[in-house]
Amino acid sequence: MKIYIIGASTTKFGELWGISPRTLAREAVGGALTDAGIKPAAVEALFVGNMLSGMLGGQEHLGAFFADELGLGVPAFKIEGACASGGLAIHAAVAGILSGQYKTVAVLGVEKMTDHKPEDVATALMGAGSEEERLAGATFPGLYAMLARAHMAKFGTSEEQLAAVAAKNHFHATLNPNAQFHNALTVEQVMRSSKIADPLKLLDCSPISDGASAVILTAKSKGQRVKSKDVEIVASAVATDTLGLAQRESLTELKATKEAAKKAYKQAGIEPKDVDMAEVHDCFTIAEVLAMEDLGFYEKGKAAKAIASGDTTLRLAHARSGQARHPVINPSGGLKGCGHPVGATGVKQLVELVEQLRGTAGKRQVSGAKIGLAQNVGGSGATAVVHILKYE
Amino acid sequence: MVGIVSYGTYIPQYRINVSDIARAWKKEPSEVVGALGVAEKSVPGTDEDAVTIALEAGIRAIGGIRERGEIEALFVGSESHPYAVNPTSTIVGELLGIGNNYLAADLEFACKAGTAGMQAIAGLIASGHIRYGLAIGADTAQSKPHDVLEYTSAAAGAAFLLGGNKGSKGDKGVIAELFAYTSYSSDTPDFWRRDGIRYPSHAGRFTGEPAYFAHVMGAARLIMEKTKITPETVDYCVFHMPNGKFPRDVAKRLGFTPEQLAPSLTVDHIGNPYSASAMLGFAAVLDIAKPGQKIFMVSYGSGAGSDGFLWEATAALRQFQTVRQKDNKTVREQMEKKTYVDYVEYLKQTHKI
Repeated sequence: MKIYIIGASTTKFGELWGISPRTLAREAVGGALTDAGIKPAAVEALFVGNMLSGMLGGQEHLGAFFADELGLGVPAFKIEGACASGGLAIHAAVAGILSGQYKTVAVLGVEKMTDHKPEDVATALMGAGSEEERLAGATFPGLYAMLARAHMAKFGTSEEQLAAVAAKNHFHATLNPNAQFHNALTVEQVMRSSKIADPLKLLDCSPISDGASAVILTAKSKGQRVKSKDVEIVASAVATDTLGLAQRESLTELKATKEAAKKAYKQAGIEPKDVDMAEVHDCFTIAEVLAMEDLGFYEKGKAAKAIASGDTTLRLAHARSGQARHPVINPSGGLKGCGHPVGATGVKQLVELVEQLRGTAGKRQVSGAKIGLAQNVGGSGATAVVHILKYE
Repeated sequence: MVGIVSYGTYIPQYRINVSDIARAWKKEPSEVVGALGVAEKSVPGTDEDAVTIALEAGIRAIGGIRERGEIEALFVGSESHPYAVNPTSTIVGELLGIGNNYLAADLEFACKAGTAGMQAIAGLIASGHIRYGLAIGADTAQSKPHDVLEYTSAAAGAAFLLGGNKGSKGDKGVIAELFAYTSYSSDTPDFWRRDGIRYPSHAGRFTGEPAYFAHVMGAARLIMEKTKITPETVDYCVFHMPNGKFPRDVAKRLGFTPEQLAPSLTVDHIGNPYSASAMLGFAAVLDIAKPGQKIFMVSYGSGAGSDGFLWEATAALRQFQTVRQKDNKTVREQMEKKTYVDYVEYLKQTHKI
């Protein structure tokens, strides 16, 4: 049995003040069903990735909530794993299919953040941290700033190199109609922006966003017809680590990413060098540097310089001869450029992979992409989800 | 036809550079000034509040009028009325000496309470219920230290005496006729302050598109439809000025030129004195307008609503301008008379320390 994504769709990400979570969900799931060419009645279960509906909106019970809203009337589950909720929901859906319980399922990632005050959102997001971090008054920009400091001290990574991550991802976002930001950014602009948690500045940080994304998964047995739009999920892996940074063995890597990646590469039977493009969790610029190294695309300490030199930028990455071939990273714009509605992000990453591998990504198409990887992180690395998709 | 009989303005003389505030909070001054389009703002003196500012503006508006007892309505719009219960309008009315036969009311509607008063009085006059009414917008605008509002929240007042112009005996001539007015309102909570809370809260960028722009443009379009005017047929436009960018942006979107807008941009010199903002911009235009010129005006108050007006200056405006110039009472002169204070003095004068 193989599992395929047969339909994928995302709403625009951004400050969608006039659009409710219900409407976002209808648009995303409706789009995915249309893309798959199936009727709602064919869906046997719904997996909803969401983090903040309870703390911000006072609404839990999202499985039944959206199953009802979407008129599906099927078994439905809310999956929560902080900012990795979307990726975890897909993993749970894959597990549901592999168990033999369901054949065709829908996964919805959805988050509504901009209706709430920034301080309330920051407090709610800290629900993903450890108790002692919360008590100490830490916020995620502060925690990732510590990771950045450690990386800078050990490998000489510079603030300009971190800024280059944001500049690259904003360039990619200018090519993505569904991205929150369509403005190009220079390294200088990032460097000049207000300090949030030294060395991270405002433009090193992903935004607060609204949005929803959905995919339809189905199982196909050997011999069953695979359609030209179908993209195979060849790996779905999850790993966890300590919630707090203080208990980690190292601050210059996310162990959960490394472990999830190792399992995923094994499941897929590929190596990092086989990956053509990847969507990674750049909640802060340092997070993309860590991801590049922890996913095995670069040796430890080498990624920042490579990113700054354009190694992972669309149209530059594959244009150079005589150099090692590296995947294009975050062609959607990533969390920084495309936006980060936390529960939706992990699902959006797979929607982007599907479009890239089908060759329908328009201006941001990575030419000839056949293998795509998505890395979705919860908290400061306590959860990591890695998916690998393959198109033949 | 209802119109303006006279007007008066008051701007406290103290100013603080926005750069000084930015430096206190370790922000890059050029970025703050560039982002907001405001370089300095007016600061109230330590003994000034919405009452004293409303009074100063009121005195300047009716200074030359002997028959003050004919003023039958006095509305003061502010979001910094010193008392939660005890009207600003009666204190001001008493000190202005307008007798006792008047309807007094304090209005609150964020930054448009003053223009709401102008519309209410215009209605009372048009209905024949009263002959003269005074509408004042005055604020010592509140903002929490370190909040983005701190860079723009200012202090000033503007008072407009409205009356009829029916040509009947005893009617004073109006200096600007009110051709039409409209209002556009919705429940849009972009900025608020609960009773007993010292500083307002706001919803960041939400105060832009769905709030300021939607309402200002809503009221502006209503006025255009009602009067069949187009931007080209108007001489000046005036908008509420929460910062230097919004009025310029909305003027452009509506099809007005920078030249039509420029004379009203008091925000460039004193920031945003909330209820007085659009009224002060309107007064600055009246200070220089010529008879026959049309003035398009839209205020904005968070919560949210916009009041739109179309005015036309009359021949009587010239004489009024001469008096204002002679007495050094023009908006320009008030803006130019200034004493700079540093951030600590600012905190002291606004009773934050």
